[in-house]
Amino acid sequence: MEGMDEITDKKDNTSNPFQLYMPLLPKSECQVGEFLVDENGRKLRLNFAHGTTTLGFKFKGGVIMAVDSRATSGQYIGSQNVKKIIEINPYLLGTMAGGAADCTYWERVLARECRLYELRNRERISVAAASKLLANMVYQYKGYGLSMGVMISGWDKKGPGLYYVDSDGNRMAGNVFSVGSGSINAYGVMDTGYSWDLTDTQARELGRKAIYHATHRDAYSGGIVRVYQITKEGWTKISEEDSKNLHYQYEEEKKKKKPTTTSS
Amino acid sequence: MALECLIGIKFDDFVLIATDMSHIQSIMVQKSDDDKIHKLSSHLVMAVAGEAGDTTQFAEYIAKNIQLYKMRNGYELHPSSAVHFTRHTLSTHLRSREPYFVNLLMGGYNPAINKSELYYMDYLAASVPVNYYAFGYGGMFTLSIMDQDYHSNMTREAGYELLKKCIGEVKRRFIINLPKFRVRIISKEGISDMPTIIAEGEAA
Repeated sequence: MEGMDEITDKKDNTSNPFQLYMPLLPKSECQVGEFLVDENGRKLRLNFAHGTTTLGFKFKGGVIMAVDSRATSGQYIGSQNVKKIIEINPYLLGTMAGGAADCTYWERVLARECRLYELRNRERISVAAASKLLANMVYQYKGYGLSMGVMISGWDKKGPGLYYVDSDGNRMAGNVFSVGSGSINAYGVMDTGYSWDLTDTQARELGRKAIYHATHRDAYSGGIVRVYQITKEGWTKISEEDSKNLHYQYEEEKKKKKPTTTSS
Repeated sequence: MALECLIGIKFDDFVLIATDMSHIQSIMVQKSDDDKIHKLSSHLVMAVAGEAGDTTQFAEYIAKNIQLYKMRNGYELHPSSAVHFTRHTLSTHLRSREPYFVNLLMGGYNPAINKSELYYMDYLAASVPVNYYAFGYGGMFTLSIMDQDYHSNMTREAGYELLKKCIGEVKRRFIINLPKFRVRIISKEGISDMPTIIAEGEAA
């Protein structure tokens, strides 16, 4: 049968991530997500970790990355223990927002490409190059339903690096990014407290606090607040705290800050 | 996307290109120092707006191919030839599986015949030489100002002031916040940056 050979050739779909088997239709008719419905005709929610809060910012001490850990599928909380910071190698981190499967899969492909780059060139890949590899990979699949909004950060010859890459094909460098449904909340805290000259402690606390406030206001974010920092020695895990504990901790601190003078 | 604003004005011996510096995603400004003006060769730039991802991919593809032409032949494409190549690329992709959704302005200076050039090109690959144009909703506010005040023999200072006037009107009447515009000038001397315009003005 015509086309059968092609299908047999590619039945092992993931052996080459750059040759995934694609629908034999024009891109405009391939909005996969639109057509998937369950037996009752209801639309299926494809993206598991759609609700998320992730953030990253550069400052004089390197890069801070902070994330929540909740995975939701519609109204249902699928998991409270997701690792949304992906450790690509000791000098590169990637965050996860959008489709969990898309992010883990393509960031693993990216990790492979980065390792191959190291072996071929006897030096580590730059953050700019790594993020561009990912951006070009997902751009190839634009319109086929990929859903991801990731930040790639690390340390290279140029110092700290932070890039935002998404499945629309965007790729941009910047000092401050937040991605996910809780990003509007996180931006609020982060933008008001951000400055380049933050100390390490202040910066870590800012990242943690921004994520905490997002978990508080955004129903699709929650669980554990994870904070990482990148310096010229590579990344280190700073903290992993339950958002519940942070809630009571910040509440105590706020009580102490209450002005003693009463306005009449 | 129509929220973005690209403005280009051609004068006798230079071209001014101004683009907003905001990268907007749904309701959020994701970046406020974006550069939408891509350098294609020593005397040619392309300001691009449109579908996310397509803009940079398309601009880089064109830029690299124009550089490749220079390497192969030892001389650069003239602006009009580069525009023709760009239009051809855009139009062959238009009826393919993967059309590029980009609107663009190409501004250049041809040192061989001492002529400045400005081209309008939309995502349907229509290419028109123009004296001035503005893409996006911003264009609706600014084209009338340029119709009124434009003269081809304006000085650099007067041209810059005209841009300021246009950007002020965008600030005054457009609901979307586009506070900063990047300005580049293309002349006999090549491409150079002019001071960023920070919009001033509020609706009466």
